[in-house]
Amino acid sequence: MSDRIYPDPTINLETECYWQAANDGKLLVKSCNACGKAHFYPRAICPECGSPDTTWTEATGRGRIYTYSVMRRADPPYAIAYVTLDEGVTMMSNIVEADFDNLSVDMAVEVMFGQTEGGQALPLFRPARGI
Amino acid sequence: MARLAKAYIAGIFEHPTRKAVDKTVPMLHAEVALGALADAGLSKHDVDGYFCDGSLPGLGGMALAEYMGLDLTYTDTTETGGSSYVIHVGHAMEAIAAGKCKVALITLAGRPRAEGLQKLGARARGEDSPERGFELPYGPMVTNLYAMSTMRHMYEYGTTSEQLAWIKVAASHHAQHNEHAVLRDVVTVEDVINSPMIADPLHRLDCCVISDGGGALVVVSPEIAKSLGDRCIKVLGQGAGIKHLNGGRFDLTYTGAAKSGPIAFAEAGVTPADIDYASIYDSFTITVLETLEDLGFCEKGKGGALVSDGNLISGVGKLPFNTDGGGLCNNHPANRGGMTKVIEAVRQLRGEAHPAVQVPDCRLALAHGTGGQISQRTGAGTVILGSNDA
Ligand SMILES: [Zn+2]
Repeated sequence: MSDRIYPDPTINLETECYWQAANDGKLLVKSCNACGKAHFYPRAICPECGSPDTTWTEATGRGRIYTYSVMRRADPPYAIAYVTLDEGVTMMSNIVEADFDNLSVDMAVEVMFGQTEGGQALPLFRPARGI
Repeated sequence: MARLAKAYIAGIFEHPTRKAVDKTVPMLHAEVALGALADAGLSKHDVDGYFCDGSLPGLGGMALAEYMGLDLTYTDTTETGGSSYVIHVGHAMEAIAAGKCKVALITLAGRPRAEGLQKLGARARGEDSPERGFELPYGPMVTNLYAMSTMRHMYEYGTTSEQLAWIKVAASHHAQHNEHAVLRDVVTVEDVINSPMIADPLHRLDCCVISDGGGALVVVSPEIAKSLGDRCIKVLGQGAGIKHLNGGRFDLTYTGAAKSGPIAFAEAGVTPADIDYASIYDSFTITVLETLEDLGFCEKGKGGALVSDGNLISGVGKLPFNTDGGGLCNNHPANRGGMTKVIEAVRQLRGEAHPAVQVPDCRLALAHGTGGQISQRTGAGTVILGSNDA
């Protein structure tokens, strides 16, 4: 496991469901009942069509690395990435439990949860193991 | 036939300091303001419009208007990071064209080196910015953010570290002639790719310098420009744009220049092929490469070939860029490089660049600013400038 210390996220009334679900081991995305599209990060009002009729849905937790970079100068080094979820939206995260020299764009990854300084569960991704 | 312009850049000033231990930020603002006004042949009593970014000491431009003793009827505090000052030129042009002001002063100053990185970190803005909780825990730094755009561009278009290195090489060839430049040594492609990896695929020499200082511009009406003479430079076109992560559907192989560039070219009535000199924001080598593609200097994805083999070196290649050494070698005051981009373009159009890098018969120039992070939220400003006889 990484020794990396994750700062706590700022949480507000628009996003507290996301973070509570993370504590239960679930990755949520917001979807819009009006236009049918998912978006990330989650908002009360759909950034695509402006509808307030948005709803939480559980993501499969699977996705692919859209891009990444290993911060070599940090101690310990860490891999920041944008991960495109099966649901079609791309989110920032870190890639963990991986050989940083063998990461690649389009690599299949799956969600797992780390802990922030203050004990909040934080969605992270590792190379896909299932299937 | 000479082109008409709605406004002119009459004065420029780049602060010579690169580490301002003995100056306050307001002092730096006042020094660059007075420098640009003197360059224009005007005084601070002529200024009726003031343009600045949102990082100033005090709320908006008010505290500095008071500090400098400006008497204003027009102000604009558009904040788009390092692209702010390019956008300010555009907004000054529009305000002047609308008759809202006649002499617009634009200033930038800061001292990230003297204040130290700790203060820089503590200054972290946007505590309440809505995306913060979904990014900050993952350790986004400036370098790894630009690195992620680089990685994706490499993946999609086969762009290489060697091609990116040519951008630094070209900047270093220009910086050797600039006595104020932070880095004056000419470097090779090998030097760049052998420099330490910071955030892969970006090396130390893919990054810009950190420097204190600042700069100022004075934009004036055509009537005032006429009274000031031939050193006034035409503002022929301007465009701005904001690009962001779009609810999680985005493409990191392009920047906001894809929006601002076409608007500026259309207004000026020129094309990339007409441009004699280009100042391109260069926080990192990738910033230049993506921006050149987005502005239409080559097809999307072909930026690697465009920048290679010295093509950006004045006197050597077809597209001389950043002849002051740019942010990559010369100066990136307050971590905001848009100001110096406009300043060097004006020097080129006046024929006042260093003789070793002066583009012969330079009549049309482009200056582009990039703000924020190109892999998150980014501002873009493009201006097309013309010499007095363009
Ligand atoms: Zn919608």
